[in-house]
Amino acid sequence: MALDAYQKREFKQVGTRPNRPDGVDKVTGRAMYGADVTAPGMLHAKVLRSPHAHARIRSIDTSAAEALPGVKAVVTSADFGVPEDAFLLDVQDHCMAREKALYDGHAVAAVAATSIAAAKAALKLIKVDYEVLPHVTDLDEAMKPGAPVVQAGRAFENVPAGMSENVTHHCEFGHGDLEAGFAKADHVIERSFKTAATHQGYIEPNACLASVTADGKADLWVCTQGQFFYRTLCSAILGMEASQLRVTASEIGGGFGGKTMVYMEPVALALSRKAGRPVKLVLTRDEVFRATGPTVSSSMDIKIGMTKDGRITAAQARLRYSGGAFHCGTVDFGAQAAFAAYDLDAVRSLGWNVMTNRPKESAYRAPGAPLSIYAVESVVDELCQHFGLDPLEVRLKNAADKGTKSSYGPTFDQIGLKATLEAAKAHPHYAAPLGPNQGRGLSCGFWFNFGGNTCVSLSVNTDGTVGVTEGNPDIGGSRASISLMAAEELGIPYDKIRTIVADTSSLGYNDVTDGSRVTFAVGLATIKAARDAIKKMCSRAAKIWGIDEDAVEWVDGAAVPAGPNAGKFPPMTLAEIAAVSAETGGPICGHHEVNADGAGVSFGVHLCDIEVDPETGATKVLRYTVFQDAGKAVHPSYVEGQMQGGAVQGIGWALNEEYIYGADGKLQNPGFLDYRIPVASDLPMIDTVILEIPNPGHPYGVRGVGETGIVPPLAAIANAVSRAVGVRMTELPMSPPKLQKALAEKG
Amino acid sequence: MVKVLLWGTLRSAADGQAEVEVEARTFKELLDELAARYPGLEPQIKRGVSLALDGKIYREAWFTRIEPDSEVVLMPYMTGG
Repeated sequence: MALDAYQKREFKQVGTRPNRPDGVDKVTGRAMYGADVTAPGMLHAKVLRSPHAHARIRSIDTSAAEALPGVKAVVTSADFGVPEDAFLLDVQDHCMAREKALYDGHAVAAVAATSIAAAKAALKLIKVDYEVLPHVTDLDEAMKPGAPVVQAGRAFENVPAGMSENVTHHCEFGHGDLEAGFAKADHVIERSFKTAATHQGYIEPNACLASVTADGKADLWVCTQGQFFYRTLCSAILGMEASQLRVTASEIGGGFGGKTMVYMEPVALALSRKAGRPVKLVLTRDEVFRATGPTVSSSMDIKIGMTKDGRITAAQARLRYSGGAFHCGTVDFGAQAAFAAYDLDAVRSLGWNVMTNRPKESAYRAPGAPLSIYAVESVVDELCQHFGLDPLEVRLKNAADKGTKSSYGPTFDQIGLKATLEAAKAHPHYAAPLGPNQGRGLSCGFWFNFGGNTCVSLSVNTDGTVGVTEGNPDIGGSRASISLMAAEELGIPYDKIRTIVADTSSLGYNDVTDGSRVTFAVGLATIKAARDAIKKMCSRAAKIWGIDEDAVEWVDGAAVPAGPNAGKFPPMTLAEIAAVSAETGGPICGHHEVNADGAGVSFGVHLCDIEVDPETGATKVLRYTVFQDAGKAVHPSYVEGQMQGGAVQGIGWALNEEYIYGADGKLQNPGFLDYRIPVASDLPMIDTVILEIPNPGHPYGVRGVGETGIVPPLAAIANAVSRAVGVRMTELPMSPPKLQKALAEKG
Repeated sequence: MVKVLLWGTLRSAADGQAEVEVEARTFKELLDELAARYPGLEPQIKRGVSLALDGKIYREAWFTRIEPDSEVVLMPYMTGG
């Protein structure tokens, strides 16, 4: 068996709940976030943004701004090159508009000055000559003939001829004979759904400090989910060698996928290069909403056939997603995930990406999956209502399992869907009574998970403590989980280990903290780095004892002779070996580098009870339970936190959150007063049930848990609301005005 | 020979076939062979693909061994949040 394969074991530390290592810093305000870094001689930057949803930039006159006292640099797109790579060009164009402003809030120029006031004053002196163009912010409108073209000539080769130029990408997945499948059904339901774009809603606004020196070396301190990827993008955009740009990730006040992409960091670097001084750039909340990472918006048609005993005979999804004014492949994931929970003989998902005059989509936990699964699970629920069937039993009857040919192609290995459904069925929540105007909803959820490029270095200190250096910002408790896995493997207490997140010059490349990959992949690399160090420590003990190193093994944190023939020596602990490391060959470290695969897909089931006020249309979540397969919960409190956080974000998506654009193409609600995320007083305690079905691709059986939790809430809430009001709700968010309207139409 | 399942949009670039057979022992050989035999697949392969081997998803891993009876499925390149 490969060493990275799952091996059953009795855990001593993994699965416990030690205090979080970042807790004291965070509750005392000492944690250093993106905006907390300062440097001598630092300038402050502000960004000028387009007031138009779509406009050609005829000219930009920055002379008056440059002449303003205190202004040290002004940059526009003229200060950047034009990358040949289309992806990189899109990233750069999103940071700074080149020929056209493509959405309300698109950056067109930036200023660095000795004060924020001077930078703001300078923005007012920049003269931009715009030719205002027709715009389109609704994706269905953008697909119509004659719609304003956001960017011409951007369609991939896979887009069928004759579609709007705004359609840039097309995908199709599935297998089987749909026509024959629908013919076998006793009832077929076809429904159309729409969902609004939402924002990741991280509390910490994007912030960075850039410093480029006269000799071309640069530093960037930034709140990010991936300092290495930021280095790749920024160095390419700035025309620098990667070795000359060091990127250090700050503590992060939320990311959820939204901080996997640069927005203004190349601009800060360009300003610093031009001014010759460090430049700090902190976005306002308004800017965060207008110019960083919303999700896709969607418009979807679902058709599902079912027999009267609850067997799904055929299923089809037609998904239209908009990732804003740029290329976006998120619909691929929506289309693949749509029917992943079901074992189907005939299934087809088709997807299109449509450009609109909105900011560039950024990932948000399980990108694309919550939307398509919301639509699919809504229709499954409606079919259950039609036949009077138990929705949980129907899902169990159709659930994917080991050996199922998935709707997106591969055959599933061991998965935990049926176990989570059985756990939900057995839970008291499912049998609890409901009152008037109340409804219960459930939904399955799915995400792929992946591993990726990972590098870990582990050093054994001479006092018997251990340092672990990893390269992924801690967005969900990874430092604790990594320390726990190192402690488990080394056989020393958790509090003897400190895990830190390295900058880009201190460690090999690490992929972004995304894809629910960190506890899986960094954990795997940590275990292997610990094994590397253990091998070296066994070798040192063997030398001290004068026996062959193969005759030494590692047991409970100490080297011991491997069997009676190896000789009689008392165990030599890690601390004892470390104390004499200088005398026995020098420092002891373990390393591991890997592009990890085998993350193992993840399923979850959410169950919720809601009550709708028939007069106001307001929805109150009464009870909510999350069931999810974690493989192995390394630190159960963090796993529960991920499950709860995903549920809460999904509840917000379902009930209130939306990007609202006016007829003028401007975002009307760029602030938390008008863009309503759920707060603690809106919510009940989110209950969690962790299932542990080991992932065969990880030594401890770990699966990623960060993303699946946001997938089911949209449908779970929609199904509960639809049952409560007696009307199938087909548009998110289900805000009070929409529910009032639905109730009024019902009569 | 290894059978490779293509997702729907790629089939038009492979003479309409949902499944193609290629001579390959590793992912690298498989991708090179696919691009050589079906040039219409090359743009997507260059943009990035994932491969599922017997249900396990790989994002890169050129040198992963493929057995003749393995299930190989081409998928879009995975990203996440």
